[in-house]
Amino acid sequence: MMEELRFLIEVLVGGLLSGVMYSLVAIGFVLIYKTSGVLNFAQGSMILFAALTVVSLLERGVPMALAIAVSLVGMIVIGMAIERTVLRPLVNRTPITLFMATLGVSYVIEGAAQLLWGAQVHGLDLGIDDSPLEIQGVLVSSFDLVAAAIAATMVAVLSAFFRLTRTGLAFRAVADDPFAALAVGLRLPAIWATVWATSGIVALVAGLLWGARLGVQFSLSMVVLKALPVLVLGGFDSVAGAIVGGLAIGAAEKLSEVYLGPLVGGGIESWFAYAVALAFLLIRPTGLFGRKPVERV
Amino acid sequence: MTALRFLVLVTALAAGLPLVYSGSYLYDAILTPFLALSLAALGLNLLTGYAGQVSLGSSAFMAIGAYSAYNLTLRIPGLPLVAILLASGGITAAIGLVFGLPSLRLRGFYLAVSTLAAQFFVQWALNKFGWFSHDSASGVISAPALQAFGFRFESPVARYDLSLAVVVLLTALAFRLSRSQTGLNLIAIRDHETAARVIGVSVVKTKLLAFLISSFLIGVAGVLWSFAYLRTIEPNGFTLDRSFQILFIIIIGGVATIRGAFIGAAFMVLLPLGLSNLGAALLPKSFDSGVLEMSLKVVQGSLIVLFLIVEPNGLAALGQRLWRRALPVRSGSKPDAQPFAPPLPETLNGEI
Repeated sequence: MMEELRFLIEVLVGGLLSGVMYSLVAIGFVLIYKTSGVLNFAQGSMILFAALTVVSLLERGVPMALAIAVSLVGMIVIGMAIERTVLRPLVNRTPITLFMATLGVSYVIEGAAQLLWGAQVHGLDLGIDDSPLEIQGVLVSSFDLVAAAIAATMVAVLSAFFRLTRTGLAFRAVADDPFAALAVGLRLPAIWATVWATSGIVALVAGLLWGARLGVQFSLSMVVLKALPVLVLGGFDSVAGAIVGGLAIGAAEKLSEVYLGPLVGGGIESWFAYAVALAFLLIRPTGLFGRKPVERV
Repeated sequence: MTALRFLVLVTALAAGLPLVYSGSYLYDAILTPFLALSLAALGLNLLTGYAGQVSLGSSAFMAIGAYSAYNLTLRIPGLPLVAILLASGGITAAIGLVFGLPSLRLRGFYLAVSTLAAQFFVQWALNKFGWFSHDSASGVISAPALQAFGFRFESPVARYDLSLAVVVLLTALAFRLSRSQTGLNLIAIRDHETAARVIGVSVVKTKLLAFLISSFLIGVAGVLWSFAYLRTIEPNGFTLDRSFQILFIIIIGGVATIRGAFIGAAFMVLLPLGLSNLGAALLPKSFDSGVLEMSLKVVQGSLIVLFLIVEPNGLAALGQRLWRRALPVRSGSKPDAQPFAPPLPETLNGEI
């Protein structure tokens, strides 16, 4: 009995920690969705691009700090370029049109990243130890712990930024009501550019952690598909939702893999998160923390 | 020239083509995949373009169609071709209806994400359960030639003719549908669901009907894709990328038009060929298949963005404008007598 319980806790903790990794990707979406109403499908390819740039620079003998700095600048430039060339001309178009545009952008970035750096698989070593730690008899990966700590720090910094700085206040104003924000003299384009740059930074952090976990290759951009159920569960416009959703999806996925997977032959992680999110949506169509749209005829 | 006459004319030209030219490359590598993709895009266009329900799971429904046809030919020997096509489409439609149920409750992105569930679930199920592929060891099945009245559709031209017949018939039906009350209902729930409900459109019925018809067409397209074009079937041939490709076809071709699906599909089939020739001419040394694939992605992605910004109604609208400019309206000819010209929406409306 004890042994089973310990195993259950181990699975649960592993799930929650990998859930943090999902949240990390999801936060990038929420940032942009909140302020500009765009579901940025290109977040995944931005993650790929960031990680690929760092790895390729490292392999060419550039020191880690410089590689990350270069990639950081690159991501900020890309984020702002997307805002400038793609979203600004599409202002006032329907959300689905904007989503499709980011789908196009994700194809461009994916293709360009691999044209630039090649399509082979790279390993990424961040120098974080990945040995199992034993805490109260429960085995936990130390890499997962560090990753979770980094993610938590980032969330804390972002929340503080939103809550305590003037720019953060402007972000929240725009998220609340773009027209009112415009009317009181906030400069929307500048704010959008900042948000897109921020999401580029988030993509870099997510890219480094995910890249260290999975190896840097094309499939890295597919982590976006892991983040979507998280967003659906948490609501597209809530940072708290992204975190809670990530934890819930991570835990549910690991538990189902261990306890439900063997019953149907395994491999269910490709769709299980979606099934959970969907089942949840049928009860609450705008997610845990999403805002309910008001409709006028 | 009315739409019907236009359809008849194009069909006659397409059917007559093999009489003048019989090089198999044209049929095998260009026209047959073009027809299958057009049909799939037509199906998606009814759902996404007309009814405004965005789906990212089209290729899963193509897979369901293909596997249904495979299992039908395998397990019920001697089933007539028409029955195979109808039943494969019917099975896909039934499953599409199930995956369409969330649309009654979800909108916009939430619905788009839920269609991804269909995509992943179907791919997983087809890979996981050997029954679907008759326990084929590699998972790649070779599709038997389709037969009707003792004739085997085996040669490239025969497979092309079969695809042409199926696509023309279904296109004519889809065209009729788009002009009927049901077609208007689809547009009504796309443009404003609540308003549509207020004026008495049954939203539940219309949405489910959209999923049903769209899945049927995409399922049949899947049969043509695997039996007439590839002649093999494997779950990995129906990935998310294929779903995106079909979505791109309707964006580039023209959302909520019948001809948009065809123009877009033609463009998508010709683009890689054009790009590979261009690349080979410009960079003869370094232009390998990997580079081609990546540059194709960049070009496709840029085109999507460009079209959404500059011409949201796609090549169809662009062509129509050029056509109008080339032929100024003469007195006596009706101004709206354009080939296939349903009312064009302002943009694809996908409110949340």
